Amino acid sequence: MAEIVRVASAGTLESSDAYVEIEPADEGIEIQLESVVKAQFGEAIEQAVRETLASCGVERARLTISDRGALECVLRARVETAVLRGRGES
Amino acid sequence: MRRSMLFLPGNTPNMLINGGFLGADAVILDLEDAVAPSEKDAARVLVRNTIRYMDFRGCQIIVRINAIDSSFWQRDLDEVLPQKPDLILLPKSGSAQDILAADEYITALEEKLGFERNTVGLMPLIETALGVENAFAIASASSRVEALFLGAEDLTADLRCQRTKAGREIEYARTRLVTAARAAGVDVYDTPFTDVNDDEGIQVDAALAKALGFTGKASISPRHVEVINRVFSPTRKEIDYAYEVMDAIRLAKEQGRGAIALRGKMIDAPIVARAEQTIAAAREMGLGREERS
Repeated sequence: MAEIVRVASAGTLESSDAYVEIEPADEGIEIQLESVVKAQFGEAIEQAVRETLASCGVERARLTISDRGALECVLRARVETAVLRGRGES
Repeated sequence: MRRSMLFLPGNTPNMLINGGFLGADAVILDLEDAVAPSEKDAARVLVRNTIRYMDFRGCQIIVRINAIDSSFWQRDLDEVLPQKPDLILLPKSGSAQDILAADEYITALEEKLGFERNTVGLMPLIETALGVENAFAIASASSRVEALFLGAEDLTADLRCQRTKAGREIEYARTRLVTAARAAGVDVYDTPFTDVNDDEGIQVDAALAKALGFTGKASISPRHVEVINRVFSPTRKEIDYAYEVMDAIRLAKEQGRGAIALRGKMIDAPIVARAEQTIAAAREMGLGREERS
């Protein structure tokens, strides 16, 4: 399991991007999502975030995501970078 | 066929995701100058995901990694090489040793990934005085090298001269690179024209590059792509002449004639070679006789 040890962020608030903040949590994954397409794609976005966290081995973290219409591959990249930074690996 | 190569900043999603729609024959996903040092990690992951998941609609994919004297280039390769980009653009290539170092690292990664050797090509970016002087050694350092690329902005800084639109300050570098690349049997690409609003300037600059023997030209703006593609494409007249040359050759062979003339001019080996290149380019663009009939 990979622990998030510090608050970190990745991405921007520009169009087609997402801004992701990650911080340590005592248990589980908590996701707070802000997106103009939340009503239609909120569940899919959250699933992509959870899959990315799982593939990075993260089981405990709190995330705040501001989505600006990011494609899934962009969102996954921003979450992964936030994880790397939150672990102190980059 | 690579006539135009369009730079896209590696940490800017809204440009990366549109890369396949901008008309360029190749896109250069840039991890170097377009990315701040604090964002190198983010760009690496974003570029890797973009190559893995986006459809670039037949566009060749080139990744400009960071220079060999930086602390980033090996991690750049670790991240992007598994996605099999067509080429790695290696900035500030100054010597054959730089190429050998990059080649060694890429070869080890290819072996680890189970790729055939030279799956991913290398394009040295020549942008220092040392690189210009070592151009042939760089071009022939490894079978992985597919082309040279002139970068005039950094070069003119290194030469301590002003970069101008007319480009007299890079005349030597241009001809030197074309000669070195052709001697080594690889392609060669011209530096971008950086005034994105000068439509006449890009036309003149691209035409000059073609006249000097460059294979194509890079661009930092989608606005320049169409002009570059047009300039580096054979014209209908050139294509028709190329077929006439090949027809004349065929006819002469059938009739057992050695010397061949077309429109009062002797057809010799260089003319035939050029005709073959023109026909190959025309066929790639769907303009060959076979494609038309």
